[in-house]
Amino acid sequence: MDALFPAFYILAAAGFILAIKWMSSPATARRGVIVGEIGMLLAVVGTLLRFEVVNYEWIFIAFFIGSAIGVPIAYMMPMTAVPQRTAVSHACGALASALIGTAEYYRHTPNGFVMCALVLETLLGFLTCTASLMAFGKLQEILPTRPITYKGQNVVNLSVLGLAIIVGIALIVSPEKTWLFPPFALLSLIFGVLLIIPIGGADMPTVIALLNSYAGLSASAMGFALDNKLLIVAGALDGSSGFILSVIMCRAMNRSFSNVLFGAFGTIQTSTAKTMERPVRSASPEEAAEILDAARSVVIIPGYGMAVAQAQHKLREMHDLLTKRGVEVRFAIHPVAGRMPGHMNVLLAEADIPYDKLVEMDEINSDFLRTDVALVIGANDVVNPAATNDKTSPIAGMPILRAFEAGTVMVIKRSMSPGFAGIDNELYYMDKTLMLFGDAKSFVGSIVKELNSVGAAAASAG
Amino acid sequence: MNKYEIAIWVFMLAAFLGFELIRRVSPLLHTPLMSLTNAISAIAVVGAILITGAKDASPLTRGLGFIAVVASTVNVVSGYLITDRMLKMFKKRAPEKH
Repeated sequence: MDALFPAFYILAAAGFILAIKWMSSPATARRGVIVGEIGMLLAVVGTLLRFEVVNYEWIFIAFFIGSAIGVPIAYMMPMTAVPQRTAVSHACGALASALIGTAEYYRHTPNGFVMCALVLETLLGFLTCTASLMAFGKLQEILPTRPITYKGQNVVNLSVLGLAIIVGIALIVSPEKTWLFPPFALLSLIFGVLLIIPIGGADMPTVIALLNSYAGLSASAMGFALDNKLLIVAGALDGSSGFILSVIMCRAMNRSFSNVLFGAFGTIQTSTAKTMERPVRSASPEEAAEILDAARSVVIIPGYGMAVAQAQHKLREMHDLLTKRGVEVRFAIHPVAGRMPGHMNVLLAEADIPYDKLVEMDEINSDFLRTDVALVIGANDVVNPAATNDKTSPIAGMPILRAFEAGTVMVIKRSMSPGFAGIDNELYYMDKTLMLFGDAKSFVGSIVKELNSVGAAAASAG
Repeated sequence: MNKYEIAIWVFMLAAFLGFELIRRVSPLLHTPLMSLTNAISAIAVVGAILITGAKDASPLTRGLGFIAVVASTVNVVSGYLITDRMLKMFKKRAPEKH
C-alpha cells in the first residue's frame, strides 16, 4: 500500500499542470477546473491514508468548518467583490503555510537546509497574510484607498524587513533558540502591513498578483521543508503565475516592481493637482444616443468607475440595441483596468457580453483611427494622451488605449475632478470630445431609453 | 544526488513549466486563472493534515495545524467553485433574445 502513495501525489501534480494548461482558452477552461479538483481530491485522500496520520477527528472538523465558510463565499459573493475575495484567499493560503511552518518548527526544531526553507516559508507566509488583509481593507474601502506616505517610510519598511531577515538568519544558525521565533513572526507580520500602506488603488492589480506569487512561493518552501514534491510543484506553479501576472501589470503601466512597491504612486496629486478651469463640451443622453446610433463602429473603454457604478448590465443592453442596428460594438480592455488582472473581463462576461467582443489593448489600438465613437466609462489614466505626449507626466511611457484617435470621444464621468493619479487628462479638452456628466449606470440607462424610443419611432414610421 | 538537490531540481523545472503555461493564458481569463492557482496552492492542506493528524502532535501544533486545515479548506472549496462560476459566464455568443 505504501508504494501507492507517491502515485496519488504524482497524479495530483499532473492534474494541476493540466488544469493550468487548459486555462489557456475559455473553451477548455472548465475542463481544467475539473482536473484540478480531481488532483486536489487525490492529494487529500492520498494524505489521509498515510500511516503518519492517525488522528482524524480534528481534520474532519476542520474540513467541515472550512467548507461551511468556503461554499457560501463561492456562491453568494457578488462578482464585483472578486478582487476582495482574491485578497482574502491569499491571506488564508499564506496564513495556512505560515502556521504549518510554525508548527513544524516547534515540533522538530529542524536545522540546516530544512530550517532555511522553514524560515523562508514563515517569512513569506506571515508577511503575505497581513499584506493581503491590508489589501482587502483597501479594496473594501474599510481603509483609505489613497496611498499613505510619510517621511522616511522606505527606510522604516526596509529596516523592518532587514531586521526580520537578520532574526531569520539567526534562527537558521541556531534553531534551538526558540525565543527568537515569536519576534521573527511578529516582524514579518508588521512588514506585511507596512508594505501595503503606501500602495494606492491603481496599483492593486500589480500588488494582488505579487501577493499571489508570494503565497505560492511560501507553499513551495513548505514543500522543501516537508520534503514533499507535490507541494513544491503546486507552489511553483502558483508562484510563477503570480509573478508573470505582476510583470504584465507592471509593463502595462511602464513601471518597475520597486517603483510600484516603494514609489507610492498617486501622491503627486496633493502637490500638483491644480484646479484649472478650461472649457469642455458636454452632451445630454439624447445627443449621446443619437451619435451612437449614427456610428458604424463603437469602442467602449471600461475602467474601475464602471465597476463601482455597476454599469455593466446597462452596457450590455446598450450593446445589444446597437448591435441589432448594425453598429459594431467592441470593448477595449487595458491590462490594468480595474483592481486586479482581468477584472473588467469578468464583470462584462457576467453581464452576458460575449467574450469575443472583449479586445485586448494591443489588438484594438490600431483600430481606433477607423472607429467612429470611443466611449470611455470610468477609465481615466489608461486613455490619457499625456502618457505618450508628455515626457514629464507621472504616467509617461505607460501604454494607453488610443481613444483620442477615434472620430468622436465620449467620456462618462461624475465631474471634472482629476482621476486617481490626479493627472489632468488632455483627452477631455479635445474638440471632438463630449463629456457626459453623471453616474455611469444611470447615464447609460438614459442612453438605452433614448435608443429604445428612437427605435420605436423608427419602427412606427416604417 | 541527495533529496534536497532533487527538490531544487523539481522546483526549477516546475517554475519554468509554470512560466510557459501561464504565458499562454489569454488575458481574458486572468482573474479566473488567479483564483484557480489560488485553489491549487491550497495544496498546503496536505502539510496541514500531516501536522494535525500526527501521533506526536502537541496541543500547540495540533491547534496551528487545525487552523491551517480550515484556512486551506476555505481556499480549496471557494477557489474551485468560484473559478467555475466565473468560467461559466464566459460565452462566445450572446444568448438569443426573444
